Amino acid sequence: MNELSQAGLTPSRASRVQKVTSPSGVTAWLVEDYAVPIIAVDFAFRAGAAQDPAGKFGAVMLMAALLDEGAGKLDAAAFHNALDDKAIELSFSADRDHVSGHLRALAGEAASAFALLGLALNEPRFDEDALERVKAQMVAGLKHEANDPDSVSARAFRAAAFPGHPYGHAARGTIDSVPGITRADVAGLHAALLARDNLRIAVVGAISAATLAQELERVFAPLAAAARTRAIAAISMSALGETRVSDLDLTQSTVRFGRPGLDLHDPDYSAAMVVNHVLGGGIFTARLFREVREKRGLAYSVYSQLANYDRSDLLTGATTTKNERVAESLEVISREIKALGQDGPTAEELDKAKRYLTGSYALRFDTSSKIAGQLVFLQTAGFDVTQLDARNVEIEAVTMADARRAAARLFGDGKLLVSIAGRPQGL
Amino acid sequence: MNEHALTPTPAAAGLAAGPPVSHFTLANGMEVVLIEDHRAPVVTHMVWYRNGSADDPPMKSGIAHFLEHLMFKGTKNHEKGYYSNLIADLGGQENAFTSNDYTAYFQRVAREHLATVMAYEADRMVNLVLDDATVNPERDVVLEERRMRTDNDPAAQLQEAVHAALFTQHPYGKPVIGWGHEIETLDRHDAMAYYQRFYTPENAILVVAGDVTRAEVEPLAQTHYGAIPARGERPVRLRPQEPPAYAHRLVELRDAKVEQPSHQALYIVPSALTAKAGEQDALELLSHLLGGGQTSLLYRKLVLEQQIAVAAGAYYMGGAVDDTRFFLYAVPAEGVELEALDAAIEEELAAVQRHGVDEADLARAKTRMIADAVYAQDSQATLARWYGAALATGENVASISEWPQRISAVTVDRITAAAHLLKRQGAVTGYLKTVEAEANHE
Repeated sequence: MNELSQAGLTPSRASRVQKVTSPSGVTAWLVEDYAVPIIAVDFAFRAGAAQDPAGKFGAVMLMAALLDEGAGKLDAAAFHNALDDKAIELSFSADRDHVSGHLRALAGEAASAFALLGLALNEPRFDEDALERVKAQMVAGLKHEANDPDSVSARAFRAAAFPGHPYGHAARGTIDSVPGITRADVAGLHAALLARDNLRIAVVGAISAATLAQELERVFAPLAAAARTRAIAAISMSALGETRVSDLDLTQSTVRFGRPGLDLHDPDYSAAMVVNHVLGGGIFTARLFREVREKRGLAYSVYSQLANYDRSDLLTGATTTKNERVAESLEVISREIKALGQDGPTAEELDKAKRYLTGSYALRFDTSSKIAGQLVFLQTAGFDVTQLDARNVEIEAVTMADARRAAARLFGDGKLLVSIAGRPQGL
Repeated sequence: MNEHALTPTPAAAGLAAGPPVSHFTLANGMEVVLIEDHRAPVVTHMVWYRNGSADDPPMKSGIAHFLEHLMFKGTKNHEKGYYSNLIADLGGQENAFTSNDYTAYFQRVAREHLATVMAYEADRMVNLVLDDATVNPERDVVLEERRMRTDNDPAAQLQEAVHAALFTQHPYGKPVIGWGHEIETLDRHDAMAYYQRFYTPENAILVVAGDVTRAEVEPLAQTHYGAIPARGERPVRLRPQEPPAYAHRLVELRDAKVEQPSHQALYIVPSALTAKAGEQDALELLSHLLGGGQTSLLYRKLVLEQQIAVAAGAYYMGGAVDDTRFFLYAVPAEGVELEALDAAIEEELAAVQRHGVDEADLARAKTRMIADAVYAQDSQATLARWYGAALATGENVASISEWPQRISAVTVDRITAAAHLLKRQGAVTGYLKTVEAEANHE
């Protein structure tokens, strides 16, 4: 990222990425940079909570959370002491489609950091006491948000949008499901899901390609060659046109809405990003912000976004408004979605959205961790490194005809699935 | 337009090998800090004002935060939306936040647009225009923001009650966003009076972090901010101070929406500005030793050994103008009463007061905190916030750059002394309880 932006000369991000491959074929994307003496490592296995066994919702998340709770000869306390003694940051998480890991270390401690990462991935202990403790932490977290309107409306939305599908349940499981998960469940998921063929890695910082190749071999080569996953069916969201209300004794309602979206590799995806930005992607400049917040003072927060899962694509959005004004807010939101679907954006809106989306892309690459995260995202989403440069070119190429077509596909008849938590009036 | 009630972690930004930092003051009294980061062709531009919710006049709680929202409503030179549209066209991002002791505005843009964002902030420092047509709907927005953050959440309601109990006089006891009934009464006259009192060059700090040099920044700052006339002196913060506290107080909140109980204890302790030499560094380390992650004392004793909690931690809000808060918190294991958890926490604290801490634990905490200063160098936005927050609460650039050395010098004895600052007398304990718990008790 050292190249300066000069008129007519766009710096190439892709040219700074090296593809590093270990002797046995483990590959990572590397941005070598010595300006700050740290390394950031991000990686993801392409198998997530959608792989939870029936009735064991939360099991993949639990497995991920247990990876740093004791490994090899180190129990949980000893493992965390080893990390903290050298200020190494290591964490694991899971979403619907991935188990992911994040490592950050001072450059001088890189060897220790990779060694501990290798232990966590290859020799996790899954000790019973750690298992019970982390389950209790997950249940406490679920109880904490049991009546939180944001969580309640999200749960109801998911359940209505994806009935009978793995995406219909929460990655974190439920208060009823988590206690029933056993060590055997967790160990089985670890053996099945964490494998070299579904692994994507990015490294940023003060490390050479040669050193990284050795560390990749040490850390990731011992994993199984191929993951054993269940096929997840592609699904388009259900319940369009329906409104689900979850009663909560609150003066304000949290409103979520959504419709089917577009695939990341759809030829209209760049145009869809542009028209979503016009609707509710930008703060201050988006139609929803202007109509809902600025003109009417209906809400503090209102937005829309494109959400892409491996097997489903959505346009989702949310707002929070007092119970008496929910109907008015929804009316305004629906009207804007329909209008944009029918007429597309104005020429000025199209131009402004393209400028913002292309101009702000650089802000996603200003820290090592953010760069590593972007590089893993591109790999898991099936893009090559060239996408780092192609992305802005594609957005710049979006024409009014493209934007109208994408708006018509994205917003269509304007029908929404709406999930409300609170006590909305006048619906 | 976010409200951040918490100060960023202490000004851990400086290290001998850290980024080049320059600091100078314009003739009109406005301070300037430049942090160079040449890795990406972007800059973070921030203007900090040394006034926050604790400077809200009596019966006008929330005015600092409300004005922060209104600062986006246009100037006599440019109508509402002009600048936000301009920043968006440049692919920039902008926002603002209000805390107890400061209000800050920021933009993140490509380096060549620094002059544009300076012109923006300089214009709205002196030329804000407000009318009822924009002020009144924005007040509704703030009331919705308050509902979203507080009225929907019993834990947030308890937090407000605990703070109000802890500070009987000092305005740190009032929520940053303000009390709902007072927000309802705020109008454009209140906002304009507050603006004219505090939005002055003497009261402002410019922080620029990113791919620019002093030779580029200094003339730009002179042109845009240097042209603003000085007011003569910095506005005075008038704050009722806290009397000595004699009573421990227990605040309980039970609500049908609560399914997971939790415990918190808050102590009033010296801040970076009010502490005696070295006290602040010892308090920073103490909070890390007591409750900074899985190797901390509270986690080890309460979660791993006694298994009476599923989570436990500590936090010290060191960056503050007046005496500030030290938090301890824990989430009980299933079936454990909050009273029992409270007793166990007090016991661990007493043990530190009596016996100090292990040298190995102290060394580990120091390693971690000094490494934070290196990690911070990876983010120009983080560095800009640390420097801005430190200067806005009365610290100086030297105290930031010396921070790692000061942390290294802290001894076990000073940790023990810091632990004695956490006195139950004067502290407030907060319990968040389920309604079931009430039924069981009565």
